[in-house]
Amino acid sequence: MDTIVGILLATLGAGTPLVFAALGELVSEKSGVLNLGVEGMMIVGAVCGFAVAAESGSLWLGVITSIVAGAGTALLFGVLTLTFQANQVAAGLALTIFGVGLSAYIGLDYTSVALTGMAQIHIPLLSELPIVGPLLFSLDPLLYLSFVCFAAITYFLYRTKAGLLLRAVGESPESALSLGYSVIAIRYMAVLFGGAMAGLGGAYLALVYTPLWVEAMTAGRGWIALALVVFATWRPARVMIGAYLFGGVTIIQFHVQGFGVDIPSQLLSTLPYLATIVVLVLISRDINTIRLNAPASLGKAYHPSV
Amino acid sequence: MDYSRRNGNSRWSVNLAMLKIEPRPQPSRLMGYLSPLIAVGLTLVTGIIFSILVGLNPLSAFYAFFIAPIDDLYGLGELGVKAAPLMLIAVGLAIGFRSNVWNIGAEGQLTFGAICGGGLALYFYQVEGAWVMPLIILAGAIGGMLWASIPAFLRTRFNTNEILVSLMLNYVAIFLLSYLVHDPWRDPDGFNFPESRLFSDSALLPIVLQGTRLHLGLVIAVIAVVLGWVFVRKSFVGYQMQVAGLADLAALYAGFKRKSMVWIGLLVGGAAAGVAGVCEVAGPIGQLLPSVSPGYGYAAIIVAFVGRLHPVGILFASLLMSLLYLGGEAAQMDLGLPSAITGVFQGVLLFYLLAADLFINFKLKLTTPVAKAAAREALP
Repeated sequence: MDTIVGILLATLGAGTPLVFAALGELVSEKSGVLNLGVEGMMIVGAVCGFAVAAESGSLWLGVITSIVAGAGTALLFGVLTLTFQANQVAAGLALTIFGVGLSAYIGLDYTSVALTGMAQIHIPLLSELPIVGPLLFSLDPLLYLSFVCFAAITYFLYRTKAGLLLRAVGESPESALSLGYSVIAIRYMAVLFGGAMAGLGGAYLALVYTPLWVEAMTAGRGWIALALVVFATWRPARVMIGAYLFGGVTIIQFHVQGFGVDIPSQLLSTLPYLATIVVLVLISRDINTIRLNAPASLGKAYHPSV
Repeated sequence: MDYSRRNGNSRWSVNLAMLKIEPRPQPSRLMGYLSPLIAVGLTLVTGIIFSILVGLNPLSAFYAFFIAPIDDLYGLGELGVKAAPLMLIAVGLAIGFRSNVWNIGAEGQLTFGAICGGGLALYFYQVEGAWVMPLIILAGAIGGMLWASIPAFLRTRFNTNEILVSLMLNYVAIFLLSYLVHDPWRDPDGFNFPESRLFSDSALLPIVLQGTRLHLGLVIAVIAVVLGWVFVRKSFVGYQMQVAGLADLAALYAGFKRKSMVWIGLLVGGAAAGVAGVCEVAGPIGQLLPSVSPGYGYAAIIVAFVGRLHPVGILFASLLMSLLYLGGEAAQMDLGLPSAITGVFQGVLLFYLLAADLFINFKLKLTTPVAKAAAREALP
């Protein structure tokens, strides 16, 4: 029983960076902006948070830095695509290439530094419960935060006027504009929020999940987060399910050999990427699933004059 | 920023204080050519500011980064060694990009090409013959095409996003190569290092410039540039793909098949990347290693854009990008800067280019309140 609880806990941990990054990208895409730079924002968030945490000794200062750094890189993307009308695909790729390079540069002095990760918060009494106790009530603070983010984003998108407006901008910017709202301003906010969340995902990776800085440590998680949003057909609850599913796939590779299955570790490491392709195929197979669920203006540059 | 309605047929303009961004009646050809030069200039300025910030003399930093690496014949050869894969891959990718087929899996296609070509080279390691080398290059091309055919098939059959699939396959190919050189293809006499045997001489690309490492790969890349130019300018398929990229609907009405565009775009890109991969392992590397590319597959995306998706532009852009790689290596040795700086400036270059491209379709106009009022009067 303890092994299973252990595996489930590890799954939660492995899924959480994806939860943050994918929920952020979801909000950005709901406003019609496809930011392919998640990987770049995540890794810049990770390295900045790690560096500040290592220098200051405060993990929380690190987390805040990650959020700011993620939003800062997202601002670059926003200026390019929203103000300068650049192609969103090209700008997203540029952001990732830039972010990976920048993080390697910033992180040079921190490659051999180890941090003590965040301590768990044990909720009195509830954490004593069998199975659910360790699984839901004695987690690290950022994991609780990810639950809060999920609830808040769901509420925001579907229960508030501002959320409705954000979705309207993603579906039909012209209509939102004719109602007197600034499409560009709303999209800027959505993009910055997406960046902040990707930064937070990076913080979880570098400060909690593996409290170390390793070059290119995001290892494609930003891209998997992008795939998750498609897989979830742009719905927050499905993003959560998808993220933990991928967390599970990541964890399985460490246990398969323990079960006596003899597959080389390098081939097991391809599992999350292959799984991403498989779920993308399953969800895109029916062209209507995507057409009905994707924000109608997703990825299209928007200039009020054209 | 605010939006002001100018007239009834939904033309809008953005006011940035006194500067106005206004659409041009037609895209500016001049800006199309100028924008990469502006981007390079701004990247240089950024580099100078950066070197001042980290306490380097900007002049000596500039010399160490851009001049010193190529001030002798060997250095010029190295410029070609690195430009070759970038040029080859970018020409292939550009053909897809022109028709909005986003293959960002060149790194994986390169790696799989290297696996197929390299595997064949290992199989023939005791065989001598002039046919060996062409055969392994062909194997590399087929390998790259096979790897690219996965996203092409999934896109055309299951409507799966080719960006994400091609990118995921990059990681898969790199892990696959890592497995092969750690285990089945490891050099039996290699003291357990994760590397394959050295290829035999008949599998290696000949050097084309004595005293340098410049190999046949550059010749292949230049041939690809010419072929790319012919394809874009002279062939009907190239024309169809161009139209498809510019206007999906127009292409549809004209009866061009979107699916064949996807296949051609990905297969051409894959073949080019696969050949680039095999040329790396049968060229400067000479064996299979866990990593066979310093990110050429990603850098080639930037090369394609900076070269305006045009084969001739790509030729120049690949030389520039190659110089960035060499400069990064030199900066590491001479200035003590990390080579990661190359990646930063690659990204910066693309940022500036994308920003400067705004002025292809838009122009800046200085507005004064009076001019604005006059413009309002002029409306019907």
